[in-house]
Amino acid sequence: MAMNEQEILAGLAEIVNEETGIEADAVQMDKSFQEDLDIDSLSMMQVVVNAEDKFGVRIPDDEVKNLTHVKDAVNFITNAQG
Amino acid sequence: MTVQPKPDQPTLTVPEGPRHARIHGLGGYRPERVVTNEEICRYIDSSDEWIQQRSGIKERRFAREDETVIDMSEAAARDAIAMAGITPDQISVVLMATVTHPYQTPAAAPILAERLGTNGPAAFDISAACAGYCYGISLANDMVRAGSAEYVLVVGVEKLSDFTDKHDRGSAFIFGDGAGAAVVGPSDFPGIGPTVWGSDGENWDKIMQKQPWTGLRADMTSEEAGAVEWPHFAMQGQSVFRWAVYTIAPVVDKALAAAGVTSDDLDAFVPHQANMRITDAMIKHIGLPEDIPVARDIAETGNTSAASVPLAAARMLNEGEAPHGGLALQFGFGAGLVYAAQVVVLP
Repeated sequence: MAMNEQEILAGLAEIVNEETGIEADAVQMDKSFQEDLDIDSLSMMQVVVNAEDKFGVRIPDDEVKNLTHVKDAVNFITNAQG
Repeated sequence: MTVQPKPDQPTLTVPEGPRHARIHGLGGYRPERVVTNEEICRYIDSSDEWIQQRSGIKERRFAREDETVIDMSEAAARDAIAMAGITPDQISVVLMATVTHPYQTPAAAPILAERLGTNGPAAFDISAACAGYCYGISLANDMVRAGSAEYVLVVGVEKLSDFTDKHDRGSAFIFGDGAGAAVVGPSDFPGIGPTVWGSDGENWDKIMQKQPWTGLRADMTSEEAGAVEWPHFAMQGQSVFRWAVYTIAPVVDKALAAAGVTSDDLDAFVPHQANMRITDAMIKHIGLPEDIPVARDIAETGNTSAASVPLAAARMLNEGEAPHGGLALQFGFGAGLVYAAQVVVLP
């Protein structure tokens, strides 16, 4: 069953925490992965792959560069879930 | 089409090889010149800290301008031959894995064979990039066991400094030069497990020479000023990271299962030294037991493509990090995209 935005945000925050050690609370919609959360491109890939598993969506490599902010990822996953 | 031998013709004689093969000797060569991250940062906007955080690389070696892949291979091969306790004339095949021998033809292997004082063995190069050495070990194992060769010299060598764009922030700090070599020959016990290998040509452009030689020729004859661009190697780092860590990592489990061992039995894990971050993420993803020593030669050697697995394995043996006779899982992966993994008994 498709999750709502808050559930996706919480799930994403959990993944970010597991992969990078960053506090889940710091993962907010308006934050930039790179600038605010200090997640580089390789760590971002780890987040993306885990998000694919967790939310049952496919996030192509070419799409990852567009996911600069947490809200971009949440929106993408929301839409991809249909 | 079904074919039967023609009546009355003689039956072909075919060799019968030994039941098993193993690696008898390993050798490595690193060029003398150490290139620090500070030196790399003269050409890219970066820092030692950024490079180390990004790749785990502290320094790498670059060959002299006049030092060739054949020169480096010779040094590594002589060490491997000495360790194997054989003489060069016992080598029946020389197989070089490289993507940086700068001659389209001839291959490097016949010249290396001549340099080593062998007796005119079969000699050829293979192009399997960072998986080249593991491909070579697989071929050598099959050749020995089929009776096509007694001892096979397998060399992985690269002079990547010739093909690295020192101004490319994404790849300038990654690559280094070096050579690693192994002698594969007959054995009383199974010394090379089944190779699990394959390719993914759909992603051929993830790591590639920027343009073919024919493109360079077109540039050279173009009337546009400044049109000539050396065909450096380029890499889509993020995509390669995902592919290596998540898509092909299960190959490791398959290679263990094919050899009938588990990760607990390993004395060493020797992945291609692509990037320390790939190694770390891969270990985590495949759940390798924490007490298994893992090759981390990349810190001082950089990514030397086909040379990285034998260089790292030789270092682990030399530094006592892995035991002679122990089991090592080696895993090459790279441009093609191609990959190969196998469990071997260390010499």
